Amino acid sequence: MNPFTYARPDSVDSALDELKAQPNARLIGGGTNLIDLMKENIEHPTRLVDVNRLPLGGISELPDGGLRLGATVTNAETAYNALVTARYPLLSETILAGASPQLRNMATNGGNLFQRTRCYYFYDTAMPCNKREPGSGCAAIGGYNRIHAILGTEGSENQPTACIATYPSDMAVALAALEAVVQVTGSNGERSIAFADFHRLPGNEPWRDNTLEPGEIVTSIDLPAKGFNQHHTYLKLRDRASYAFALVSVAVGLEMEGNSVTDARIALGGVAHKPWRKPEAEQLLIGREATPDNFRLVAENLLAGAKGYGHNTFKIDLAKRAIIRALGEAMRSKV
Amino acid sequence: MIAETRSKPAGRSPLQTAAPAKPLPGVEPGSVTLTVNGQAKTIQIAPWTTLLDALREYMNLTGTKKGCDHGQCGACTVLVDGKRINACLTLAVMHDDHAITTIEGLASPDGGLHPVQQAFIDHDAFQCGYCTPGQICSAVGMLHEGHAKNKADVREGMSGNICRCGAYPHIVDAVLEVINKAEKQP
Ligand SMILES: Cc1cc2nc3c(=O)[nH]c(=O)nc-3n(C[C@H](O)[C@H](O)[C@H](O)COP(=O)(O)OP(=O)(O)OC[C@H]3O[C@@H](n4cnc5c(N)ncnc54)[C@H](O)[C@@H]3O)c2cc1C
Ligand code: SF4
Repeated sequence: MNPFTYARPDSVDSALDELKAQPNARLIGGGTNLIDLMKENIEHPTRLVDVNRLPLGGISELPDGGLRLGATVTNAETAYNALVTARYPLLSETILAGASPQLRNMATNGGNLFQRTRCYYFYDTAMPCNKREPGSGCAAIGGYNRIHAILGTEGSENQPTACIATYPSDMAVALAALEAVVQVTGSNGERSIAFADFHRLPGNEPWRDNTLEPGEIVTSIDLPAKGFNQHHTYLKLRDRASYAFALVSVAVGLEMEGNSVTDARIALGGVAHKPWRKPEAEQLLIGREATPDNFRLVAENLLAGAKGYGHNTFKIDLAKRAIIRALGEAMRSKV
Repeated sequence: MIAETRSKPAGRSPLQTAAPAKPLPGVEPGSVTLTVNGQAKTIQIAPWTTLLDALREYMNLTGTKKGCDHGQCGACTVLVDGKRINACLTLAVMHDDHAITTIEGLASPDGGLHPVQQAFIDHDAFQCGYCTPGQICSAVGMLHEGHAKNKADVREGMSGNICRCGAYPHIVDAVLEVINKAEKQP
């Protein structure tokens, strides 16, 4: 790790001042992604600003029936919180499917959103990587790319595909399905970012994973009232039974009347630079019967335009089957 | 771990400690007081010293092991305010107001072993023993959490601790025995 100084402010204003004073300062939550990247010489901040003393803890009810998850609450506390397990079991399920109990005890809700969209070449400073070193190329295209993205990777006419890494957070797949809102504060005041707009596709700027501006801090993640606590599932497919990142994952929330679907949310993890959601595909199910044929239509629509890069081409079929299976599980589930 | 597997730059030892080559101007080692196993001790460390390095290199508590040093293996598991964490991915300065418990602090002052330690001996729940301090601290943390009831829960709940020798069946038996005994008590 490179040398740095450390600060632990107890107000959001002083944290914002810290970020303003040193452009190379970084916030630290649990440290589970940042320290790892610093040890590998990928990140080298000159000052770390600890968020754990900021008044951003707690999980509280919102007037509109939703729930506010403080940015500094740990992933473990969130997953086992009684309001979360009762009203947003899909969120608990996704958090508990990620990392290990030790890491979930450290990781904060804010930090989880910012774990880098990354791949093993990103960690290997001897290899080209447009995300780590803009313009150096992408070692994964034409390299070993079994874990990489199949959706949202296309470049433009004069800009070839820049990055095919996937965003690895499990929690964020549920947040996408639940249409969470990220609350942010900066020196220009506060703003709310819809979850669909929070993470980015690589486009021409693969080094930007999300739409947070420099100097801004996430204060909370807000969940709307609708929690899909009757029919939901998180299906995570990985190379070992636990403690591994997803090859493909599917978060589903359904509302049903009898056998017909009255509302549907489907988000995919492990397939793109951000959690993948397509409201158009969900519309194919709303107002229809929950049947395997209809599930198949949804799966085909969600994967339309998918592109494999060789080793990861299997993910296209895997994702379709995972969607069909997850929809069936969600349809049958009832807590 | 799929996305965490990577090749290391040549010449780096996995046992490398935190000492940097060039200090940052104005950054001197500072005094940090850590309370470990009930005893407060003040050490002079730089901000980039991980909790793991502080314990092992500055406090002489080498029971906590350095395995991968990247949060992947669990050998460095300690308890912070009763919660299990990976000491390798956190900074010592972040824990000056926490109660830290390491494997050295689990036995009672009269030397009586913690029930999890005793169960590991009774079930021969190790081979080389390198992962054992982390396994035991992790199991104690899991018991505090109170979510593990059966074998499947124990296997999932202990998934953050890798055993290179593959002693998993005995580790699971040892932990299950402690859970079952605790349940039988009124
Ligand atoms: C071995 C291993 C396995 C893992 N497996 C999984 C897995 O299977 N699934 C999964 O989803 N995740 C997995 N993870 C990732 C883990 O979930 C993340 O590292 C964690 O959620 C990051 O949270 P943190 O608080 O530790 O972030 P930190 O490392 O502290 O910070 C990460 C980034 O967030 C920024 N940040 C922190 N708080 C704020 C804030 N309030 N506002 C703005 N920026 C902020 C920091 O500046 C930093 O850039 C794994 C990690 C490891 C090490
Ligand atoms: S996929 Fe993205 S992160 Fe991986 S090497 Fe290519 S540019 Fe870098």
